[in-house]
Amino acid sequence: MTSIILVVATRLIFPLMLMFSLFLLLRGHDAPGGGFVGGLMAASAFALFALATSVTRARDALRRSTFRLIGIGLLFAFVSGLPGLFAGSPFLRALWTSTELPVIGKLSSVLLFDTGVLLVVVGVTLTIVFAMAEADEEEEE
Amino acid sequence: MLPILIPFLMAILSIINWGNRVLHRFLALAGSVGLLFAALALLTTVNEQGILSSNIGDWPAPFGIVLVADLPAAIMILMAAIVGLAVLVYATASMDKGRERFGYYPLILLLLMGMCGAFLTGDLFNLYVWFEIMLIASFALLALGGSRAQLEGSVKYFALNLLVSAFMLTGIGLLYGMTGSLNLAALAQTLRAAGPEQPVTTVAIFFMIAFGIKAAMFPLYFWLPASYHTPPVAVSAIFAGLLTKVGVFALIRVFTLLFVQDTAWTHGLLLAGAALTMLSGVLGAMAFDDIRRIFAFHIISQIAYMVLGLALFVPMALAGTIFYMVHHILVIVSLFLVSGLIARAGGSYFKAQLGGLYGTRPLLALLFLVPALSLSGVPPLSGFWAKLTLLRVTLAQELWLVAAIALLVGLLTLFSMVRIWLSAFWGPPGPAAASVTPMRAGERRALYGSTLALVTLTLALSLFAGPAFELAERASEQLLDPAGYIAAVLGEGS
Repeated sequence: MTSIILVVATRLIFPLMLMFSLFLLLRGHDAPGGGFVGGLMAASAFALFALATSVTRARDALRRSTFRLIGIGLLFAFVSGLPGLFAGSPFLRALWTSTELPVIGKLSSVLLFDTGVLLVVVGVTLTIVFAMAEADEEEEE
Repeated sequence: MLPILIPFLMAILSIINWGNRVLHRFLALAGSVGLLFAALALLTTVNEQGILSSNIGDWPAPFGIVLVADLPAAIMILMAAIVGLAVLVYATASMDKGRERFGYYPLILLLLMGMCGAFLTGDLFNLYVWFEIMLIASFALLALGGSRAQLEGSVKYFALNLLVSAFMLTGIGLLYGMTGSLNLAALAQTLRAAGPEQPVTTVAIFFMIAFGIKAAMFPLYFWLPASYHTPPVAVSAIFAGLLTKVGVFALIRVFTLLFVQDTAWTHGLLLAGAALTMLSGVLGAMAFDDIRRIFAFHIISQIAYMVLGLALFVPMALAGTIFYMVHHILVIVSLFLVSGLIARAGGSYFKAQLGGLYGTRPLLALLFLVPALSLSGVPPLSGFWAKLTLLRVTLAQELWLVAAIALLVGLLTLFSMVRIWLSAFWGPPGPAAASVTPMRAGERRALYGSTLALVTLTLALSLFAGPAFELAERASEQLLDPAGYIAAVLGEGS
């Protein structure tokens, strides 16, 4: 079941959704947004891609296995706790750099943590979505 | 902090390299050795410097989440690390490829992390979160493999634990509504100041039920023997040694720190529960043929001794409880590992199918005998000292019936162990012996090595019962004097 409308629309929307996910991630902390919503947005982009084409192609587009994404995301979150520990304060103490970058603002360990959350959410959601979509595809064949 | 971070990091690395069995093994072993060293370091520091606390993310207590390491927590973490290492070594030679590929090692690491978190946390809701982490990891471990019996056990285990979560959350919610804080130290202060019009005892019962189910107390223990014998030995051993103890530890934590308003009622209930648990557990053990089921029932009756120590609520009894926990963790894990060895050497887990192992495997017979006798409390092994302390306090408080039950249960435990001995080690070889394949040298090293290490530790605990008991006494003083705990968390002024 492939609809031309869906395929063409996906081609346009897919990058937009990923960019929006990045926007949500960077907007987070003081304004609504953050890693969790950003992750859901990115995951739905890939889910849409899988619906329009196939799960196999969506997996290829993701480049990494969903499990590995979860692991890398957890590692990001883990590492984000360490600077506080090395600075002599407790684990997960939030630290900011003093210089401001354009768009992103001050770099911080919080951003690293949120990026980790994003990756974990993408990984978990897509593990579930892909597994269900694959079962569906097998049924149709 | 380290006891949580080390297993977490290793589990993360395992997830990134999902499916790589050899690497998983290596990471798990490295993680548990690291955990062991971290636990030893923590115990010595806490022993020298007193209670330590750390505010996660530097949010000050009582608003942020605190981790608090006092002596009881440090002792339990050390035990978790020892058992974790022994079971993982045992698993390298006994776990099948399927389970290894589907994440046995990272799951064990997550389980250990959850336990260390539950021991260390100084926040009631955070305790709930650690319980959930343990629950998820243990549920996956229990169901991994997916045989019919396993799934049946897992469903019972899961359903009952959902109930526990509901009870626990209700209790936490009520407590938060009453006091406006979930920090254990802050709660201890407010509850002590609370007047008799507050329904503190009602809330206490919610927690008693929740942790009582976790600890497998009467009458809510039936999930334990229904599920513990279904997974492989390297899974059920770690469950047997540690999961219920976390429940007992949580009971001890809240019923020494928070709910001490109406001890005649709450601790009296605990006392009655303990006596009934003891009796029903040991009688259940009489009815079964599967060695693992027998041991599972003995966990229940032994848990009751620990709760008994808490219910008596004097320093000596609490010290006995802590000593009992250490002793029982070592002994029951060795017994489960031995049951795996018996099945490997005799071909079956069922008493009726076994026989004559004493002749063919004298070392195995010795490995069974030491923890079995220690479990039933034969002097001079560690179980004797643990039981003796609790009994003396029971007699001193003139609770004759409870003392009689405790003695009777000790006797029945011995009887049950002797029955296993007679059928598995004595007599002619059993019918299952024909199906046994010889062990490879590496397998023998890993299986016997890990079991032998635990049995040696049991012996060491028996020999050095004096110093160990002194440590337990100091730990129980910390439990009964919440001022130290409160000062460590909230600062000296409060």
